[in-house]
Amino acid sequence: MTTADNGVNVQALLDAREALKNAPEAAQFTWRATSKWQKGVHSTTTVQNFFGLGQEQSHKTETVLDADHPEVFAAEDNAITPIEYLLVGLASCLTAGVASVAQNRGIQLRSVESVVEGNHDIRGILGDTDVRNGYNDIKVTFTIDADASKQEIEALVAQSQKRSAVFDALTNPTNVSVEVA
Amino acid sequence: MVLERGEVANSWRRERWESLRLLTPNWQTRLPGHHYEGPDPDGYMTMGEVIKFIDHFAAVCRAPVRTSVAVTSLRRADDGYLVATNDGDIRCRTAIIASGACNLPAVPALAEAVPSALTQFTPFGYQGPAHLPDGGVLVVGASATGVQLAAEIRRSGRPVILSVGEHVRLPRTYRGRDVLWWMDSSGVWDQRHDEIDDLARARRLPSPQLVGTPERTTLDLNALSAMGIELTGRLAAVRDGRALFSGGLRNVFALADLKLQRLLDTFDAWAGSAEAGEGFEPTLVPASPRLQLDLRSGEVRTIVWATGFRPDYRWLDLPVLDAKGHLQHDGGVVATPGLYALGLPVLRRRKSTFIHGISDDARDVIEHLAQTLAAR
Ligand SMILES: Cc1cc2nc3c(=O)[nH]c(=O)nc-3n(C[C@H](O)[C@H](O)[C@H](O)COP(=O)(O)OP(=O)(O)OC[C@H]3O[C@@H](n4cnc5c(N)ncnc54)[C@H](O)[C@@H]3O)c2cc1C
Repeated sequence: MTTADNGVNVQALLDAREALKNAPEAAQFTWRATSKWQKGVHSTTTVQNFFGLGQEQSHKTETVLDADHPEVFAAEDNAITPIEYLLVGLASCLTAGVASVAQNRGIQLRSVESVVEGNHDIRGILGDTDVRNGYNDIKVTFTIDADASKQEIEALVAQSQKRSAVFDALTNPTNVSVEVA
Repeated sequence: MVLERGEVANSWRRERWESLRLLTPNWQTRLPGHHYEGPDPDGYMTMGEVIKFIDHFAAVCRAPVRTSVAVTSLRRADDGYLVATNDGDIRCRTAIIASGACNLPAVPALAEAVPSALTQFTPFGYQGPAHLPDGGVLVVGASATGVQLAAEIRRSGRPVILSVGEHVRLPRTYRGRDVLWWMDSSGVWDQRHDEIDDLARARRLPSPQLVGTPERTTLDLNALSAMGIELTGRLAAVRDGRALFSGGLRNVFALADLKLQRLLDTFDAWAGSAEAGEGFEPTLVPASPRLQLDLRSGEVRTIVWATGFRPDYRWLDLPVLDAKGHLQHDGGVVATPGLYALGLPVLRRRKSTFIHGISDDARDVIEHLAQTLAAR
């Protein structure tokens, strides 16, 4: 059954789960991003270092992400808007989940594509207090080609939501504290 | 000897609500050499009937029960155990922990943030709708207890909001038979602990959404929606007097619907039936499930925590619990020699925590115990 190869090292993940059972401290990660204002609503955020497994860690390279607003918001549109980054996070997290779960279940994937749409009433951010600032709802539609039945594919997608960090972060409240250094 | 802090069938006498009936059918309610003999094998026992059934079994098998004896400590002594009780100490070479899997309601820590104006119940304190304050009720948890209480509270005329996390959806009957007949006959319930891929997960599985009623009605979430119960996502936090619910409701529905279909496919495969059985409507997702509830608004005056149960091991003075407080055992055999457990989820089989599940488990565990004694 496990001839499927989606390029996910599931064994390493299962081993990690076992190892962390007896070392919950090592499971405590802190992800970080550093942001700098450019001009207008344009900012640049860099991501490289994080903490985990009891020590400082680093990605192989630094990632630089720009964010701006579109011209319809009277901005320069140097890059995508911050709220679109949430869609990037959600799509990539669910996709990673689909690949991992498929690997674990011995399902060979041929293609996994998704469209993520977030419905947003922008009156909220413009000051209408009866409208929320964030998304009203988000819809993800997967198109998956794999050696599996429709039911198995639906189960992959369901399980990937169940284990997704970003799905959880978007669907459940999180304490956020913003301070001035 | 059997030590019991209360009376025989104590949990059924003291820890259940008024309207409760078993969700397992009468014919399935059996103990070694003892089974239901009444006129309604497909019915479901009331608490009074369960108590009578167990009382009768205790009398017939002449179990050496010492009632009103509470064990206050169990610890190692020489090559055996010292059992301290409110009625003196007892020494023994072997001991079986059969103190139950559901001694205490498991209430999430976030309950502490609930404004004090609300009345809170656990299934142990809950008797029936007549004992609730007037007004809306938030029921947290949609397993057997939660769906049953939500339905009876709704029938009392109160608005009910049911917060739904992961759950096990089952129809009451399938192809004309009790779904638990299928669990039993198809061998699903006999699946052994050492055959299950993810045992830890199987042991955490919540109880199925079932109720025992004379009409054999299905009590899934669609049935509850049809009664006018509002479904919301899992209760994730209580912040500034507001209950915040998860926006992942659709996925817990999808997980439960998929699992149900797989289970029914298993039944069909076992029965060798080629034609499809009755299909089930997917769980209907509310148009826009609410994400918040202002607990100070008066919309809801009562919260019922149907969030599961856990064992109470405060009397167990042995290093046999894991970091999360679960008793560590291998099919009921605890690592400390001569110590055993019975009556825990999937102890040896999927049916382990059901009344009829004890016979096979007890036989296996006692066999091990007898060998241990003989080898000394
Ligand atoms: C709400 C609810 C509904 C259920 N419905 C069903 C159903 O429909 N069908 C079904 O098959 N199963 C059902 N169950 C599961 C049911 O609990 C088991 O089937 C069965 O009762 C387990 O029996 P037990 O003897 O292992 O545990 P219990 O019935 O919990 O008995 C344990 C006994 O140990 C005693 N005890 C605990 N600690 C001590 C101590 N320190 N000293 C002395 N005595 C102690 C307790 O007083 C209790 O009498 C239900 C459970 C709950 C909670």
